Amino acid sequence: MIRQISLFSENKPGRLAAMAKACQEEKVNILAFSIAEAEGFGVIRALVDKPDVAYKKLTELGFNVAFTHVIAVEMRDEPGGLYDIASKLSEAGINIEYSYAFSGKSKAILILRVDQVEEAIRLLISNAFTLIASDSIQ
Amino acid sequence: MRCWDPRIEEMPPEDLQKLQFKLLKTLVYKVYSFSPFYHKRMKESGVHPDDITSLADISRLPFMYKKDLRDTYPDGMIMSEQEELVRYHVSSGTTGKPTVVGYTKNDIYNWSESLARGLTSAGLGRGDVMQVSYGYGLFTGGLGLHYGAEKIGATVLPTSVGNTERQIELMQDLRVTAIACTPSYLLHMGEVAEKMGVSIKNDTLLRKAIVGAEPWSEQMRIRIKEWLGVDAYDIYGTSELSGPLFCECENQNGFHVWGDLIYPEILDVDSQKALPPGERGELVVTMLQKDGLPIIRYRTGDITAIRKELCPCGRTHPRLERLSGRVDDMLIIRGINVFPSQVEHALLGIPEVGEHFMIEIDRKGSLDEMLVRVELGKEAFSDKIADLMHTRRHVEKILKNALNVQVSVELTEPGTLPRFEGKAKRVIDRRLI
Repeated sequence: MIRQISLFSENKPGRLAAMAKACQEEKVNILAFSIAEAEGFGVIRALVDKPDVAYKKLTELGFNVAFTHVIAVEMRDEPGGLYDIASKLSEAGINIEYSYAFSGKSKAILILRVDQVEEAIRLLISNAFTLIASDSIQ
Repeated sequence: MRCWDPRIEEMPPEDLQKLQFKLLKTLVYKVYSFSPFYHKRMKESGVHPDDITSLADISRLPFMYKKDLRDTYPDGMIMSEQEELVRYHVSSGTTGKPTVVGYTKNDIYNWSESLARGLTSAGLGRGDVMQVSYGYGLFTGGLGLHYGAEKIGATVLPTSVGNTERQIELMQDLRVTAIACTPSYLLHMGEVAEKMGVSIKNDTLLRKAIVGAEPWSEQMRIRIKEWLGVDAYDIYGTSELSGPLFCECENQNGFHVWGDLIYPEILDVDSQKALPPGERGELVVTMLQKDGLPIIRYRTGDITAIRKELCPCGRTHPRLERLSGRVDDMLIIRGINVFPSQVEHALLGIPEVGEHFMIEIDRKGSLDEMLVRVELGKEAFSDKIADLMHTRRHVEKILKNALNVQVSVELTEPGTLPRFEGKAKRVIDRRLI
């Protein structure tokens, strides 16, 4: 499991810039992020190398910030890589609440929030997938 | 028919004043003897019924406020025994606590009598088909107009609010000639009718509308006439006074207030001194013949002026001008009274959002839309969109239950809504009326 930073944001110009500027000032590297939008508001989700530093800085700036535990799993960066993982979860009846991905230097990383976390972790490990822990991305 | 009750409506002003004094005197003795609330109030102000020796002495009597009705909820101000009451109406209060009005048989009689005079003065009567599109139920609008219209012999179509397309079909099929509703609902009907391919002006027999319960303007009157081909008449009343009570005569220039039922005063808001006719101030009402819930010097919070010059229609009773605002911060949304304090009170019970809020009101098409912006609390933040949507719907539901009005809620980031020192300006009203 890996700690993801989540921010509540109104849907208006400048909010992502404000968050990104704070990370720059604190020399926090953003490894991956996504924005989910609903009517009038959105949620910014990010994986960063120094989550505690980012949490503190963003909270000081008045952001509504929370840590969320997500699963980060290595994925083959070639056709079928996502299917390997999604099909396993699907067969086990595990629902993906949200997900995003990024391509690393050697492999791609898939980030997942699921409804049955422990089952998902057990399933992925037993199928020889490599999960990434918080300290390995610093 | 020119007058519903010519004996009263054309009574010479000096006779009317004599009648008013007699009624006031009776009323004051009655409440002093039978209403613990008024007895206590009068004792506290050091005034005895014997001190009322002229109409002008009314200024010696203490005021009564909406707050009094709330503080004595449910029925502390009702003077009649429960078995004498034939009906209750209930309106929403300023902090979520409602106010209850009880009516004796005589109260219902006088209420519908008042409207019978008003509707007749607007040119309605036997032969008219009147669609009552005010809400029926605890709100006074629907049943009030219903009784008044039946009394003058009109055929009533009690559609209440909502299901606009069906209302328009019935308006055509049953050859409706008059409607009672809020001005914004009338305009909304016009829009819905056009979408259905119906022109109210050309395809219906609708010619008169009795509109009120929310602010409107002369520009709207002209628009209603030009667009819908309908003459609109202003109507006034609040639930504390019974409900809708007074409507404009065919001159469409202020509503006659029947002197045998009501004694109106216009007071300067700051000095609380009586203002001369023509000057605008707060309307303070004494109901001269109300038994269930007596009303003496009730501060309505409505701003208007009284006009005493003789109306061309021949009725001798003074007229009140169109209301031009409120003393307090009351809002009227789709005909329902809403106080920002109600929103504040409701939000206190929702830990997911902070106590800061802003109210924004727009008119989309013809209907009022109320948006309440609140700050999402730290504990309530979930990074799942579905959870946030659920929080928003939860707040919307609580506000709707508290206000009786549909409310949209917008979640904002903590600390982003304005903070106020001193008097808060939490309302942005963008409606053009």
